[in-house]
Amino acid sequence: MLRYTVKRFLSMLLTLFLVATATFFLMHAIPGQPFEVTRETPESVKEAMMAKYGLDKPLFEQYLIYMKNLLHGDFGVSMKYKGQTVTGTVTSGMPASAVIGFGGVILGCLIGSVLGALAALKNKGFVDYFVIVLAILGVSVPNFVFASLIQRIFAVQWKLFPIQGWKGLSYAVLPILAATFTNIAHYARMLRTSMLDTMGQDYIATAKSKGLSQSEIVRKHMLRNSFLPLVTTLGPMLAGCLTGNFVIEKIFNVPGLGQSMILAIQNSDYTMIMGLTIIFSFISIIGYFLVDIVYGLVDPRIRIAG
Amino acid sequence: MNENACTAALVEEEILLTDDMFVKDDSAYTDADKMTRPSLSYWQDAWRRFKENKLAMASAVILLVIILLAIFQPMFSQYEYDQTDYFAINQGPTAAHVFGTDELGRDIFTRCWMGARVSLSIALVVALLSGTIGILYGGIAGYFGGLADNIMMRFCELIASIPQMLWVVLLILVMKPGVFPIIIAIGATGWIGMARLFRGQVFSLKESEYVMASRTMGSGSLWIILKHMLPNAMSPIILSMANAIPGAIFSESFLSYIGLGVPLPTPSWGMLCSDGANKLLTYPYQLVFPALLICITMLCFNLMGDGLRDALDPRMRQ
Repeated sequence: MLRYTVKRFLSMLLTLFLVATATFFLMHAIPGQPFEVTRETPESVKEAMMAKYGLDKPLFEQYLIYMKNLLHGDFGVSMKYKGQTVTGTVTSGMPASAVIGFGGVILGCLIGSVLGALAALKNKGFVDYFVIVLAILGVSVPNFVFASLIQRIFAVQWKLFPIQGWKGLSYAVLPILAATFTNIAHYARMLRTSMLDTMGQDYIATAKSKGLSQSEIVRKHMLRNSFLPLVTTLGPMLAGCLTGNFVIEKIFNVPGLGQSMILAIQNSDYTMIMGLTIIFSFISIIGYFLVDIVYGLVDPRIRIAG
Repeated sequence: MNENACTAALVEEEILLTDDMFVKDDSAYTDADKMTRPSLSYWQDAWRRFKENKLAMASAVILLVIILLAIFQPMFSQYEYDQTDYFAINQGPTAAHVFGTDELGRDIFTRCWMGARVSLSIALVVALLSGTIGILYGGIAGYFGGLADNIMMRFCELIASIPQMLWVVLLILVMKPGVFPIIIAIGATGWIGMARLFRGQVFSLKESEYVMASRTMGSGSLWIILKHMLPNAMSPIILSMANAIPGAIFSESFLSYIGLGVPLPTPSWGMLCSDGANKLLTYPYQLVFPALLICITMLCFNLMGDGLRDALDPRMRQ
């Protein structure tokens, strides 16, 4: 297990490095000069600005400086807002994104798993058809449509929750609900497939033939094995929680990370986009790493193969 | 005396075969090897199974209608998609404007079908592009195996290690928003799944006899991959492509939503939804119609995809 962990850790470091490099050079391939404004700017001012951000140096030197800063935990500063650092934006946006993200994943995973398991146990029953319809709707209705819909029904017509903003717990309900919807559909479908798959396995027949009760078979043999595929999707899911849900945050005007990224894109704030992209990628890569380790712990077959 | 002679004597005694003991059955010559059911190729069989799935057939018909409307409605509409009318601003659905008008008095019905052209063609081209890249990449990696395969698959892992949308956003920023950059950006990052899938298929087909036979006859690698392996891996490929289309429609609407969509005044479904969402509280119909169109299209693609899966690979049916 230790060997496997060390190997995965080293390959994670390499991935982090390569992704940071790719992002840096992609951002510098964007055509046009930074600080392009509609008004006439004197050459000397432009040059001073370029020098301030180190953009007058050769590209490779800029790259080395950037990598050195990354190692020190400095992800850069905003080009548009004075004194705003990428790290500052992330720390101020993370809590809101995390509340919505984790709320959505935890609720979605719980409700979805229960529905999926029930659907598989009562194959072709009412719950089963409900789950099938829900799963199809979940992948067919874009989340901004669903989010707009519940915003209109619960906030505008019934006035149960605030329409938008982020000033307290009641503001979190609708965004979490919106984030939960897709997850419920996703997890219900997945667990249903995986349960049906497990049911056909030989060890279930063995368990049955040695006289275990149905509930014991479900608890001890079926559920455990059916949850394995779910673990693999948790990595990107959890990473998605922290990096924010762009669309939901925009609709409910939540000051989270997704909203910061959209703002940076709309302002063409390149240093901010680059910093946020690198941080998002890092979170995602670390998420994958953690999930691989957890997967190796729960399923010994992976360790041997890796 | 030996036993053989004895048995021969017995046989000669007992069996006296005469013609009247037999009935000549002519049908044996004509009917015995006749098929009671017509012989079906794999694709005919799949089509037969697909036709039986009413939900999937209905979805396919609805999709056909949507595609036909997208092609012909803008041609025969009395309005242009970018034609403004300041005397009919933000009107709800009327006889003149079936889906109403937007804040510049443009006919939303026409804009929806023009948007369907843009969104659907982006989706189709993306599916074909990422499919082709994935097949070539996965085919080469799987066929040659060893070090090449290792390096190529590591590269895939590298790309897949961060969310696809981040790559797409970066690539679009580099190329400036537009229909072509959106296609390139989504296509250039969406082929990983197909590459992995086809690589797996090639791996299992590599050992088969017909590939060996083809190689003995001196076929080149690319010929074997495209001529022998591709047709045998066609059904998972078609399924993966059918799933790529709704995925691309999703991506396009997401990009429009965060301000990286097609440039004005070109409408796309994502653009129309994003415009409509801003006026949800005052003029909800401006979001409802394009959103409904996206939902119906996605629903049909998903149902048709499920039907295709059941038809092409009956073992997968659940």
